[in-house]
Amino acid sequence: MIAILNYGVGNLFSISASLKAVGADVVVTDDKNVIENAKQIVLPGVGAFGDAFKKLSETGLIPVIKNEVKKGKPLLGVCLGMQLLFDKSFEYGCHEGLGFVEGVVDEIQKDLTEPKKIPHMGWNSLDFKKDCPLFKYIKDGDYVYYVHSYYAKNCQKFTAATSFYGIDLTGVVQNENVFGAQFHPEKSGETGLKILKAFCEL
Amino acid sequence: MLAKRIIPCLDIRDGKVVKGTNFQNVKEVDDPVSLAKFYNDEGADELVFYDITASYENRSLFTDVLKRVAEQIFIPLTVGGGINEVSDFERVLNAGADKVSVNSGAIKNPSLIGNAAKKYGNQCVVLSMDVKRVDGKFKVFSKGGREMTDIDALEWARRGQEEGAGEIVLNSIDTDGVKKGFDLEMLEAVCNVVSVPVIASGGAGKAEDFKELFKKVNVDAGLAASVFHFKQVRINELKKYLRQNSIEMRI
Repeated sequence: MIAILNYGVGNLFSISASLKAVGADVVVTDDKNVIENAKQIVLPGVGAFGDAFKKLSETGLIPVIKNEVKKGKPLLGVCLGMQLLFDKSFEYGCHEGLGFVEGVVDEIQKDLTEPKKIPHMGWNSLDFKKDCPLFKYIKDGDYVYYVHSYYAKNCQKFTAATSFYGIDLTGVVQNENVFGAQFHPEKSGETGLKILKAFCEL
Repeated sequence: MLAKRIIPCLDIRDGKVVKGTNFQNVKEVDDPVSLAKFYNDEGADELVFYDITASYENRSLFTDVLKRVAEQIFIPLTVGGGINEVSDFERVLNAGADKVSVNSGAIKNPSLIGNAAKKYGNQCVVLSMDVKRVDGKFKVFSKGGREMTDIDALEWARRGQEEGAGEIVLNSIDTDGVKKGFDLEMLEAVCNVVSVPVIASGGAGKAEDFKELFKKVNVDAGLAASVFHFKQVRINELKKYLRQNSIEMRI
C-alpha cells in the first residue's frame, strides 16, 4: 500500500489516479498509522512553499515522516512536495524545509541569463546526471511536464536529472530512499507512469 | 529543451464532442473519452475541453466526462466554458482538471482571475480570448464570439496577466474555421504585450500552418479542433514533421 499525504494542499485526484493506473494500492491519508503501515509515501503539493510547509506542520505528521524515512521507507516528493524536501526556500521570505536533501529553493527568474517566460511551463526533456532507480523504465531525453517558478539549487550531489531552460533546472533528486520530482509524473503521460511504476516497486 | 505544445480542443455538448465553423452550425462528431484516448495515443501534449452548453444545461454530464477522461489519461487537462465564479473552478478541478480557462466570466467580472489565482495559483488560471478585427482594432468578443464588447484585446491580455492569469489562449474569430493558417499578426501583437505563455487558436488547416506559426511567432502552443477531429492533420505525423523542421517537439 502506498500512502499519499493529504495535508490540505492541492488536488490529489491525478496523483491518486495515476498511481492506481500503474497498479498501486493507493490510500490518500493524514493518519499516522496508515503512513506507518504504508510501503511507500508520496508527498504531493502545489502553491507556495511557506503556506504548504505550515499546513504540513499543522498535521503533526512531520515527525512521523522523518521517522519512516529514517527506517528506510521510500518517500517521493512531487512538484512543491519535492521542494519541501530541501533545507530551505526563498519563496516570499525564507522558510525552513524538511531537510532531507541538502540544497535550497530559489526563483528561476533570478538566475536566468536570458529572458524566458515564467512559469517554466510545458514538456521538457530530462538530462540524466546519474543512475536513479526511478529511471528503470525511462531513457535519457524523455519528456516530462513541468509547471513552476522556483527551483532547487546547490544540490548537485543529489541531482539525478536536470532539464534545460536557459539554465539547468533540477528535475529529479535522490538522497538514498528520499526522491523528488520537480515535474508532475502524474501529468507526464507514459514517461510519468513509468517513473511512478518504478517508485512503486521500491 | 522546452517543447512547443500541440493541443486538440474538444467542444462538449450533452456529453458529446461537437465542432462547427465560425462558432456556427454546430454538429456532433464523437465520444469524448474515446477521442481523448486517441489524441493521447497520437502524442497530444495537452487536452482542452470546452463545455459549450454550460450556461443553460445540465453541467454534471460534463463533469462526468471529465472525470472519466482524467482517470485514464495522464496529460494536462484544461477546462473552459461556463466558468463564472471561483466555485466553478472547484467543481472542475475536483473532476480532474489541471487548468481552468475563463472567458465571458472574466469579462463580466475581471476580479475572477485574481480571486482564482490567489486560491489555486496563477498556473491554474488561463485567460481565453475570442478576438476579431473591428475597424482596424482587435476587439474582444464574449459569449462564444457572439457578442462584441468595447474591450481592446491587447489591453485585456495585459490586464489578464496582471490580475494573475498564467497563460493566454488567443482565438482569432477572423481565422477560426477558415483553415488558411493562424492569425500571425494578431498573435504577435498579443505576444508582444505579455510575458506568460500564449496558445494560438483559430485557423489551422494543414501541417505547414503550424510550422509557420512556430517559426514566425513566439507562441508556446498551437491549438486546433476540426483538423484533428476529421483527421485532416494527424498529431503524430504533424509532430514528426515539425521536429524535422527544427521545432522542439515531444515525440
